[in-house]
Amino acid sequence: MIEALQYEFMQHALIAGLFASVICSIMGSLAIVNRIVFLSGGIAHAAYGGIGLSIFMGWPLLVGTIGFSIATAILMAVIALNNKERSDAIIGVIWATGMACGIVFVDMTPGYQVDLMSYLFGSILTVPQTDLIVMGGITCLICIFISLFYDQLLAMSYDEEFAKVRGIYVKSLYFSMITLLAVTIVLVIQVVGLILVIALLTIPAYMMEQYANSLFQMMIGAIVLGCLFTTVGLFVAFELNVSAGASIILVAGIAFFVNIVFSKQA
Amino acid sequence: MNNAPILIELKDVFFTYHQRTVLKNVNLTVRQNDYIAIIGPNGGGKTTLLKLILGLLKPDSGSIVVQGKAPQKASHIIGYVPQEVYNKRHFPISVVDIVQMGAFSPKKHLFRSRKKSKQKAIEILHRLNMSEFVRAHMRSLSGGQCQRVYIARALMTDPEILLLDEPTTGIDSRGQVEFYHLLESLNKTLTIVMVSHDMMAISRHVKSIACVNRSVYYHEQTEISETTIQSMYPDETRDECPIELIAHGMPHRVLQHHEH
Repeated sequence: MIEALQYEFMQHALIAGLFASVICSIMGSLAIVNRIVFLSGGIAHAAYGGIGLSIFMGWPLLVGTIGFSIATAILMAVIALNNKERSDAIIGVIWATGMACGIVFVDMTPGYQVDLMSYLFGSILTVPQTDLIVMGGITCLICIFISLFYDQLLAMSYDEEFAKVRGIYVKSLYFSMITLLAVTIVLVIQVVGLILVIALLTIPAYMMEQYANSLFQMMIGAIVLGCLFTTVGLFVAFELNVSAGASIILVAGIAFFVNIVFSKQA
Repeated sequence: MNNAPILIELKDVFFTYHQRTVLKNVNLTVRQNDYIAIIGPNGGGKTTLLKLILGLLKPDSGSIVVQGKAPQKASHIIGYVPQEVYNKRHFPISVVDIVQMGAFSPKKHLFRSRKKSKQKAIEILHRLNMSEFVRAHMRSLSGGQCQRVYIARALMTDPEILLLDEPTTGIDSRGQVEFYHLLESLNKTLTIVMVSHDMMAISRHVKSIACVNRSVYYHEQTEISETTIQSMYPDETRDECPIELIAHGMPHRVLQHHEH
């Protein structure tokens, strides 16, 4: 293990993985208690449209993708809020359309052969230092947001209507949460890929939900689990020479099912 | 006539939703220490009426005043107990945290004392005989106990009025009896407004009844004891009640005829 850490790419991978775990666990906890996991899936897949658009237009990839993802996320949230009964179908449409846009944009870019697999399953072993700095910044931003608005977020997640009666600006809070969720998803796509981002959002947080006595405990517990999964997954990938993203999620998945078996027995 | 001070006053209130008139020409006065049951058919506008009083909706015309203020500015005067939502049973939150949520005020957010509100939450839970559940999780509580938690949350702002939306949904009949006893004792110091979806059975402690079916008709305390055999639910054709009431012994209440 120590030997693996002598390589700079492994150091970067580990740091990226830990940042990803922290922000995924915090936002994943919020996504689960607000029941917007499917919306998160929609954001993750539609984000590919942003990747394609940025390549086609020649924009910086991270900025373009984050911008595009925030726009689609807010669009989905607005439609879903106004049409609650059919929000799943509408999210499904945007999910697929966004992804198709991405593929067509890449096809139309002359001479550009993008490796789709690297976006689907991530490229944690080649994370550049600038991305690490961005991830660190966003991690700080999310932690500040949570500590300032924890009470409001808790009240909104638990009982939206009561929160409104108590004078909380539920709508702006909800859209701030969706925006941060979109930013988180785009950043984590770089690490574990868009297919697997949902797993890192949901598995640690959902595993903690049944043991936690508060939303804060759920977030902290999920962070611990998430960091454990990424670290173990990364070293398993190094030792066995398999894909890092898939390895991290497999570790998380195994832990998830082991937990189900043990909690059923208890 | 009742001369107690007026707490809530609705005057000529109209509300339409998607071009459908939900409430028309509503006049309703809630006086101190009243215990009103709001009844009426589904889709008759009960929940809309509640949301207007809470300030969650604004009327198209007419005025709503809660202790001389607009409803949005008077939210601390009204303790709101929403309908029980079952999908929240797994939410990671303890009883005392839910109760503390009731004291939330966005303006005082940065300066308020967490410890103080926690102390208050524990006191209120104690008053409602819920002391042993302070640290408990909602999933271990019965329907009646959950409802007590929500009442405790509503009491955090020391309200004058308790507004309950179909509070007995999902509570077994024994729990309902206990629950109504609790409301009766709260009514000694609080005014209670309760939406009931149960058309036939209303707690005997209720002092007055408001029938809501697009318009609102208020049956006062004195009238309820009269024995005019009339009905409260309009039939499509005859504007009369389609339901017969079967009761053991004396029928408790018969209301005067009115039209919506």
